[in-house]
Amino acid sequence: MADIALAPRRAKTEIREATAWDQLRHNKNWLGFWFMVPAMAFLMFFLAYPLGLGIWLSFTDTRIGRVGHFIGTENYEWLWDDSIFWLSVFNTLLYTSVASAVKFAVGLYLALLLNERMPFKALLRAAVLIPFIVPTVLSALAFWWIFDSQFSIISWSLKHLGLITQNINFLGDTTWARICVIFANIWRGVPFVAITLLAGLQTVQPSLYEAATLDGASRWQMFRFITYPLLTPIIAVVMTFSVLFTFTDFQLIWAMTRGGPVNATHLMATLSYQRAIIAGQLGEGAAISSAMIPFLLAAIMVSWFGLQRRKWQQGESND
Amino acid sequence: MSSVQIRDVRKSFGNFEVLHGVSIPIEDGEFVVLVGPSGCGKSTLLRMLAGLENITSGTISIGDRVVNNVQPKERDIAMVFQNYALYPHMTVADNMGFSLKLRGAKPEEISSGVKRAAEILALTPLLERYPRQLSGGQRQRVAMGRAIVRDPQVFLFDEPLSNLDAKLRVAMRTEIKELHQRLKTTTVYVTHDQIEAMTMADKIVVMHDGIVEQMGSPLELYDKPENQFVAGFIGSPAMNFLKGKVKVNGAAYFEGPNGVKLPLQSAPANSDGKPAVYGVRPEHFTIADDGAEAEIVVVEPTGSETQVFAKLGGEQVVAVFRERHQFNPGDKVRLKPDPALVHLFDDSTGKRLNS
Repeated sequence: MADIALAPRRAKTEIREATAWDQLRHNKNWLGFWFMVPAMAFLMFFLAYPLGLGIWLSFTDTRIGRVGHFIGTENYEWLWDDSIFWLSVFNTLLYTSVASAVKFAVGLYLALLLNERMPFKALLRAAVLIPFIVPTVLSALAFWWIFDSQFSIISWSLKHLGLITQNINFLGDTTWARICVIFANIWRGVPFVAITLLAGLQTVQPSLYEAATLDGASRWQMFRFITYPLLTPIIAVVMTFSVLFTFTDFQLIWAMTRGGPVNATHLMATLSYQRAIIAGQLGEGAAISSAMIPFLLAAIMVSWFGLQRRKWQQGESND
Repeated sequence: MSSVQIRDVRKSFGNFEVLHGVSIPIEDGEFVVLVGPSGCGKSTLLRMLAGLENITSGTISIGDRVVNNVQPKERDIAMVFQNYALYPHMTVADNMGFSLKLRGAKPEEISSGVKRAAEILALTPLLERYPRQLSGGQRQRVAMGRAIVRDPQVFLFDEPLSNLDAKLRVAMRTEIKELHQRLKTTTVYVTHDQIEAMTMADKIVVMHDGIVEQMGSPLELYDKPENQFVAGFIGSPAMNFLKGKVKVNGAAYFEGPNGVKLPLQSAPANSDGKPAVYGVRPEHFTIADDGAEAEIVVVEPTGSETQVFAKLGGEQVVAVFRERHQFNPGDKVRLKPDPALVHLFDDSTGKRLNS
């Protein structure tokens, strides 16, 4: 030991100072940054930029083919006094609340049904997804025919059954039109809710139901005290998405009614499109779109609090 | 508390019969352990007792009531599941009180019942916790607490200790046995671990391929296994089996593999030359000058005893000694089975031949 310590130390080979470029290449934090860049670029370009641009446009008097000038909140002031805008807000809220509530109820019912043991289970589960798979415009066209004022199969069937004497003017009557578009939206939206809730149901351990059976729970009590509480986190996620999709719905309405009759089915999205693209008033259309933001934020806040980890989900998970 | 009678019970899933006529009498207050390898039908039988599976044929009665068509909740039984099946969104107190709540008991009744059970199991400080916040052993106790709260006629345990680590398993084993001694409730306990069965049971039922191989007290099964399966299943390290022939040539003896001569106290009648299986437990070997020569392969000291793996007539056997011998691999020793404690089984049926 001693002679090793006493021996003259040899000079170390010189170490090259790390350049900035070396650091960028090897530093872990920078490496993480490089991996994030593609995703960030995508988000910036396809989400943040259009959102920012939309909000900016809503403060200008831009028209198609003409550069706009900043006009402050003038577009919003116009909208404030625009009864059609307020009608579209009412329509959107009605459309979203009724459709979401029914989608939840029917979706949950279907999920519970599909979770039972039954013949052709896999086939039925796949079949439930069909409305979700069909392109929106295609199903909207089908509904357009089903609800046609002259050739409606519903009117035809009811007439043949002798229940009505005249065709029902499904898409021509304001009340009927609202019912029809809501129905079509429900038809399209139920599979998403049903399949997601079914996935949630399948995460519930079967032994919990066995334990509950021995504890003396009826089928309703099992749902009320076990299934439902264990499903709430998934319900919160699913319903948030469902509400967001429904609130911003455009295709179905545009293909079926274009907002008619007498604006009875105009949603904020369709009105925005009509004002901005059809009429060319980009600034005003952007203002209508931007007016959806507070509603969407509110929906997200509700789910944010709904999604907070419940007390029973906390703690270690060594099970 | 009540007795349980299982009479000629069969169970089929489709065309596949998993239980082929099982009859087990269980006395009031008895601790019965159903033990057997995976797939022997023990858990299915327990689930039929609980009412979670239908009974294909035969009868099960609890007390003097046939329960074949009685709803699980009306059978007055409580079950502890392998994975505990605690409701994750309820506190310990709510988990334990759930059955009382469903029965429509008053809040005071529920809380006093839960309190009583919690005191028995030392769960009182944990009552407001959620299952996720508990350790494995605590969850196990909550599952038992949930059973106790109901004050049932029969407790059913479905492999309750298999999710615990080895040390905790031993501790909980004692705890369950102690609980049974205190409450004296009839208990049916399913396990694949023969040590659990040996240590806890008043009566062990050894099952295999859907039939009962043997039932009796732990030591009965250990000392007088009725067939080779039970002999091999009960006891650790397992019994040694050597194939050969019974010889009655003046004195009876057993001719083992490669002509090894092994002692027999007596031979069954008319068994000269009969092929048979000679069974001897590891601890029933002694070192003696008139023993059969064996070559030591591996020595495994555990402190309290030493396990010796040796070649006897070319076959590997295990011997356990409590005395501390100086053995080394390759040594030649003379192993002598205690003739009063050896077992003889029929070569083809596996049935016990000696008394």
